[in-house]
Amino acid sequence: MEIDLSEARQTFVTESIELLQEMEGALLRLEGSPGDQETINSLFRSAHTIKGSSGVLGIESVERFTHAVENLLCKVRENEIRIDKKIIEVLFECRDHIQVLVDCASSGAGLSQGLLSREAELVKRLGSCIGGRGDAPDKTTEKETSGAEAGEGRLAATNAWHISIRFNGDLFRNGMDPASFLNYLAGLGETISITPLFERMPAAPEMDPEECYLGLEVDFRSEFDKKTIEDVFEFAREGSVIHILPPHSRVEAYMDMIRSLPEDFLLLGEILIKGGALTQHELDEALDMQKGEDAGAEQHKRLLGEIMVNEGMIYPEVVDAALERQKLSQASRSKEARTMRIDANKLDSLINLVGELVISGANMGQHARRLKDGWLTESASIMSRLVEEIRDNAMRMRMVPIGETFSRFNRVIRDIGRDSGKDIELKISGGETELDKTVIEKINDPLMHLVRNAADHGIEMPEERASKGKAPKGTVRLNAYHDAGSIVIEVSDDGRGLSRERIFKKACALGLLSPAQTPSDSELFRLIFEPGFSTAEQVTKLSGRGVGMDVVKRNIEALRGAVDVESDGRSGTTVRIRLPLTLAIIDGFMVGVGGSSYVIPLDMVVECVEFSEAERRAANRRRYMNLRGEMLPYIRLRDFFGTQGQEARFENIVVVRCAGQKAGFVVDDLYGEVQTVIKPLGRVYRDVKGIAGATITGNGKVALILDAPALMEGAGGGATASNLN
Amino acid sequence: MEIRLEKTEGLCRLGIEGEMTIYNALDIKKALLETLDGPARLEIDLSGVSELDTSGLQLLVLAKKEAKLLGKELRITAHSQATSAVFELYNMCD
Repeated sequence: MEIDLSEARQTFVTESIELLQEMEGALLRLEGSPGDQETINSLFRSAHTIKGSSGVLGIESVERFTHAVENLLCKVRENEIRIDKKIIEVLFECRDHIQVLVDCASSGAGLSQGLLSREAELVKRLGSCIGGRGDAPDKTTEKETSGAEAGEGRLAATNAWHISIRFNGDLFRNGMDPASFLNYLAGLGETISITPLFERMPAAPEMDPEECYLGLEVDFRSEFDKKTIEDVFEFAREGSVIHILPPHSRVEAYMDMIRSLPEDFLLLGEILIKGGALTQHELDEALDMQKGEDAGAEQHKRLLGEIMVNEGMIYPEVVDAALERQKLSQASRSKEARTMRIDANKLDSLINLVGELVISGANMGQHARRLKDGWLTESASIMSRLVEEIRDNAMRMRMVPIGETFSRFNRVIRDIGRDSGKDIELKISGGETELDKTVIEKINDPLMHLVRNAADHGIEMPEERASKGKAPKGTVRLNAYHDAGSIVIEVSDDGRGLSRERIFKKACALGLLSPAQTPSDSELFRLIFEPGFSTAEQVTKLSGRGVGMDVVKRNIEALRGAVDVESDGRSGTTVRIRLPLTLAIIDGFMVGVGGSSYVIPLDMVVECVEFSEAERRAANRRRYMNLRGEMLPYIRLRDFFGTQGQEARFENIVVVRCAGQKAGFVVDDLYGEVQTVIKPLGRVYRDVKGIAGATITGNGKVALILDAPALMEGAGGGATASNLN
Repeated sequence: MEIRLEKTEGLCRLGIEGEMTIYNALDIKKALLETLDGPARLEIDLSGVSELDTSGLQLLVLAKKEAKLLGKELRITAHSQATSAVFELYNMCD
């Protein structure tokens, strides 16, 4: 039967990526403290979950390989194998390979010959890590057919199959009845016990009579193979959780199953019976014993599980697993309540709608003002305040801390350090700084490039550092903080810094500068963002080919951001990226020039002053004015945009601040604050300087959003305003 | 399907006749909850049930649970052949 699993697959891919991320973090921690049991456990759990869900979805490639990895981790967890550098290295590579496999599964691509041989190599290395035990390699490749799973570990005494099912909630609606599966199963062998479970069923008011809450634990004796038994539940497989354990399975397999059972807060004993590891009779005995001891005066209450282990009724691992699951289920429950997963598209469409609401709200406000109706104006202003709140909340939902993106670079730095023989440390600060998810996704590649550059070009070899009197260990630093409506991300290193002479020479060679020019540091360093600019003497596999920095700059500018670089030749280089917090909506300040409206991002506006008659007269001679004793360069937007029409009688100057600099924009009218939904301009206008986008105002007209940083560059450099035409 | 609800002093008796399946699960749930609203002693008579599926069984489990929660006594007094087969299948004969 063909079942559409694409949605489940998507979830699997998302989850796997998270889990792989966790694995990477755990491996990095393990390098620091190889013996940390908690970290090893978390590593094992991640691998185990990936294996489990890939198995459920029938993604065999992932399941097979992860199973091999899990085997090694299991041995490590049980302290049979000591973890060392070699094992960590193999695990790193295996993690990467799982990622490749998951990617293949998500794109539906088959495995290439190269991947298969890579897998074989890794499996072999995993086997050699398990060492001397011989059984490891075939354990990983063998596909079980019937009977007990291959592998070691103590085998359970039972000679029955154990089947554990939590049915899909939609089972009844899909026209199926679990009773028919049971009837069919009965025909395949002898049913020893069936335990129906309705633990998932909520209290009467919430209970949906058409929802299937049933779970089953079945013990069953049969001569048929696993495939046949699995096929009984073929039609229920979608959305259900099914475990089928062959007779004499490894105790570990029962443990795994116990861990994955969905019921909460079940009695330990109940779980064990369900797991088939213990009979009712044995449990009763254990209970009696506990009662007896309670009677024994002040004696400490012993855990039920402990009693059973002591009496040799059950293997200790099984109890551990059950206890661990009880703890886990509590922890995960409280976590579930706090977060929920939402499709990014749904959020985007919500934001879009809020954007439209902002526009129509502004429209209503304008009509209210025009009609001069007091009640209407008041309602409109209340509504616009609410819309503003909705907007802020909606935007906040998209905000995620940048820390996770930062921590991915731990691995990058580690690998570069290992490959180049450098000792590098990554220091992260400001990881809790939040910014729009779309921005985060798009900033990843440029950051990767900058971090690689810093580690590869910036940081020197240990000997070189020592000879310069620096600590042999180099530091790459990632920092983020909020600043006036934008977020600043810094990538810095304490390496050799940019060489003024070399950049100057290269710039002359490329014809960007003439040898006679004496540019300032910041002007000169900005050139490294020009296409084809690289001064690295050595081209390494990571960087130095001269492609990249220009791409970094382009990517950042596409996000309406800016990038600059600072370096002093000795204590390293700092690249500073400035990005807007969000791409969709901003608070703006609307001004008018001639007949057109422009919007300036409100966060940048410092003040508005009148453009005095005296200054106007002087405007032909200079492009700056005296603002309370401070020199303020300015731009007349009328000139800049070549606006036609008669000059206004009065002009105003809007003082804006960006990246620590101030400048003035001379405009005709000041309209005040507006909420602005940014609409990108079409391709044709992409190269127009000074415009960041457009927006639709309440009266349906288009207002252009000024790209203040780009305009200020013109003002600050004292350049005569270049005309658009 | 037909549902009979008899209320007498301190006892509420619910009789269900016909199919107790997913097709009328919504009505049955309503009837069961109404019954549970009644006095402290409740009886459900299944002798007239011609077909019981797992959703029906699930509702009976719900009623049992709910009764316990409310501190009431709920007994299933009579089984038809169809219902006892299902109870047997699920190993719920007690």
